Amino acid sequence: MKPLKKLLGALSIAAMCWSANPAAAATELTMYYPVAVGGPLTAIVDSMVADFMTENPDITVNAIYAGNYNDARIKALAALNSGQPAQTSVMFSIDLYELIEQDAIVAFDDIVTTDEERAWLDSFYPALMENGTTGGKTWGIPFQRSTIVMYYNKDAFRAAGLDPEAPPQTWDELVEMGKKLTKEDGSQWGAMIPSTGYPYWMFGALTMQNGQVLMNDSGDTTFFDDPAVVEALQFWYDLGNTHQIMPAGTIEWGTLRQNFLEGKTAIMWHSTGNLTAVKDNATFDFGVAMLPASERRGTPTGGGNFYIFKQTTPEERTAAMKLIKFMTSPERSAEWSMKTGYVGISPAAYQNEALVNYVEEFPYAAVARDQLEFATAELSTYQTGRVRKALDDAIQAALTGAATPEQALGEAQAVAERLLKPYR
Amino acid sequence: MKRDPISWLGNALETGAAWLLAIVWIAPLLYALWAAFHPGEYAVRFDLFAPLTLENFAHALERAPFPRYAFNTFILVTSLLSAQLVLCTLAAYAFARFEFKGSSIAFGLVLVQLMITPEILIVENYAILADLGLVDTIAGIGLPYMASAFGIFLLRQAFKSTPRELEEAARLEGCGVLGVLWRVYVPLARPTYLAYGLVSISHHWNNFLWPLVVTNSVATRPLTVGLGVFGAPESGVNWSVISAATLLSVAPLLIAFLLFQRQFVQSFMRAGIK
Amino acid sequence: MKHVYGWLLLTPAAILLIGFTHYPTLRTIGESFFSRGSSLRPSRFIGLDNYRAMFDDPIFWKVLTNNLWFALGTIPTSIILALTMALLVNRALPGRALVRMAFFTPTILPMIAVANIWLFFYTPDIGLIDQILSLVGISGHNWLGDPATVLGAIIVMTIWKEAGFFMIFYLAALQHLPPELREASRLEGAGRWHHFRRVTFPLLMPTTLFVLINAVINSFKLVDHLFILTKGGPNNASNLLLYYIFETAFSYFDTNFAATLTVALLFLLALMALAQFYLLDKRVHYR
Repeated sequence: MKPLKKLLGALSIAAMCWSANPAAAATELTMYYPVAVGGPLTAIVDSMVADFMTENPDITVNAIYAGNYNDARIKALAALNSGQPAQTSVMFSIDLYELIEQDAIVAFDDIVTTDEERAWLDSFYPALMENGTTGGKTWGIPFQRSTIVMYYNKDAFRAAGLDPEAPPQTWDELVEMGKKLTKEDGSQWGAMIPSTGYPYWMFGALTMQNGQVLMNDSGDTTFFDDPAVVEALQFWYDLGNTHQIMPAGTIEWGTLRQNFLEGKTAIMWHSTGNLTAVKDNATFDFGVAMLPASERRGTPTGGGNFYIFKQTTPEERTAAMKLIKFMTSPERSAEWSMKTGYVGISPAAYQNEALVNYVEEFPYAAVARDQLEFATAELSTYQTGRVRKALDDAIQAALTGAATPEQALGEAQAVAERLLKPYR
Repeated sequence: MKRDPISWLGNALETGAAWLLAIVWIAPLLYALWAAFHPGEYAVRFDLFAPLTLENFAHALERAPFPRYAFNTFILVTSLLSAQLVLCTLAAYAFARFEFKGSSIAFGLVLVQLMITPEILIVENYAILADLGLVDTIAGIGLPYMASAFGIFLLRQAFKSTPRELEEAARLEGCGVLGVLWRVYVPLARPTYLAYGLVSISHHWNNFLWPLVVTNSVATRPLTVGLGVFGAPESGVNWSVISAATLLSVAPLLIAFLLFQRQFVQSFMRAGIK
Repeated sequence: MKHVYGWLLLTPAAILLIGFTHYPTLRTIGESFFSRGSSLRPSRFIGLDNYRAMFDDPIFWKVLTNNLWFALGTIPTSIILALTMALLVNRALPGRALVRMAFFTPTILPMIAVANIWLFFYTPDIGLIDQILSLVGISGHNWLGDPATVLGAIIVMTIWKEAGFFMIFYLAALQHLPPELREASRLEGAGRWHHFRRVTFPLLMPTTLFVLINAVINSFKLVDHLFILTKGGPNNASNLLLYYIFETAFSYFDTNFAATLTVALLFLLALMALAQFYLLDKRVHYR
């Protein structure tokens, strides 16, 4: 079929003038980045990149907003294959194993040269590094990282006769307060935990609170059928069915913030990345708290890491390192955190004066950081898309009553076993 | 003519049904208008006295390069349509007036594309496009659709209904094969061209899946993909801004449709698409 | 000479048609016999293993049944509605232009954009449908979060999208019918329904066939709204075959299994084409 390809190629050469053809510069970087939670984040990223280019006139950065995490990974990998590769990208932290399997990225340990840079690798919160390291190497640098926090409507707490400064600390309290907050006429629910979009992520919080993580740290074994995991799913199901403080069925990730802002739920679990959007739009007094505990407190971290691709020249790698160091510096991280609600990624960021003042004035900005102490990696394995889908389906099957938590998770575990066996 | 009460009642019922259906059918657009022109807090609350605002449009324009997306879409639909018209005209002419060897088999093979449209073969078509180095180009979005079986089929019908005598007259005046096509067949098939053009434009203006897969960057992304990326529920749905963005991106097509509604329907009629 | 001209005129279109329809079809079949490849584990020939995996895959069967329900739910209803709409606006009617425009608007609105608006309609508690229901005292329903209603919700939206488009074809055909036919029926004393059933409907048969083919194809290729509304969830209750193919190829990077699923889709389309050819062609005068 070679001649055909040539013919098609020839036909399309005339059309090539429409292709994206960026102008040449000293070192040029193409970077994809996703945005998964609210607010005009693209503008913030663009302005940070512009600042970087002013500081480094010899480097041009072409930052492309690629949609959600899934789109960003598809686009970045597709670009590698199509000969217009990106050099660095912000991608989902859980894409790690997929990227390693595709031999697409380099480990930062192999790029850093100076002691200063090695120290830089150790300057981030350890919980945020968990998703970026495997096999003793660091592959991803945290950037837009989040945890799950509990947003609650203080006015609704007051109206229900609850102390607005004492949000639920345990699962039992969540149920108990939830019952008081749920109105008979259906105009207000006690709590909502989203179960579309990223159900496995919310579930990672519940299981860790129940004392069990979802996978090992080499990404080749999952623990979906562990009794503590099954119990966690049962609890989630009970919230909507037995206790009826949450709507039964699945709850939409994208519209949940709107539901909370409309006062349709007194409590929501959501990404810290929503903090600024909630702060800007809430017409009532709201609070932010760590997630409640069962055996212990817990949340997975979430969000995107910086990666550097293998298909790069040494100059491009140096330039990419410069960019990443710039974007993750304490000042930038502090600015980013204040503007978005994402976690500041290093202790140094929280010593930055602007952020110190901000936290003083708005203490909820520190909840996510304080919670990092109890945080773990989010679900990430080899064949992560399929493994994740198996778990997502199991969660939704259980929540909608199509299967018991035990059945659903047993099946998900069987799928994961079959997929992961070859990687052990 | 005297109207009896029963037929009057029937008439009224039908009118009522038509209007009811119409209201249901236009409701999403009405909602988009509501949400786009009112502040965010009224997106889910309906209040006659809600203040009007243009801020949502400003936000939408600020957060995503919609003018650029619109430009990409415009380039896409116009260049694609031009290519389609040329390719389909030639092929349809071949099928209508040259009973060449293998023409019926070839026509059957063309019709296969009516069923197996390029998006059905999304995986391999993407691979082929990558082999050609056309990923993330506007040409790449259009290429698989350029030889349109639907277009060939329609034009073949139109050409076949053209009287042979006209062709012979043109030949006597010294027209060649292409001259006959250009002087006789193309002008007479104008309604078909118009109808096909409108279908093609509205289809590709709204096409999403294939451009989503093919485009990576702002420079090539058409409006639909831009909207999909912009309105992805992951970022938390903000209906006011999304509605504003939606209106921005459908406005050209909507206005064109309002202006040319009559011609649109008539060209369908004259083209004998039935 | 005519052979040469015929082929010459056909060649440009033929190259593109072969390049993006026939060649990829063959390539799809070929790819389905190989394993998923990654840089560290190259793809290798595995015979029918992908097909075995597909038949063992509960999600495949789920999306297949969903797709059949989706087709059954959308095709007849949207065709009947389209015909009804065309008949309604083909007669004197106050505000006819407005009504006609209302019916047709979904056609020019991109699915991806209106999906967000429909998301608002379906959203529990704060959504339009639940707001209207609460006015009459019915409490909210989680339309998209309940496996029992989610596919229905998607079907309703698709009908809304398609009916207006099909209406245009019926309208064009109706206006093409000679008015004397109605007059003749009237003279014979036939009622409107009788006239429709005996005269109009049979004459519209070619249009119906055309619309039917379109509707069938659309029921397999229309998945844009899933990206916004449900992503195929909850638990695949609204997942459709093409969306599953997209996910498999572009989220799981398993182009080979995606090729296998595509073969299944091609097989289904071929069946439909044959069915239409044999069952309907005889009853329609079609050039």
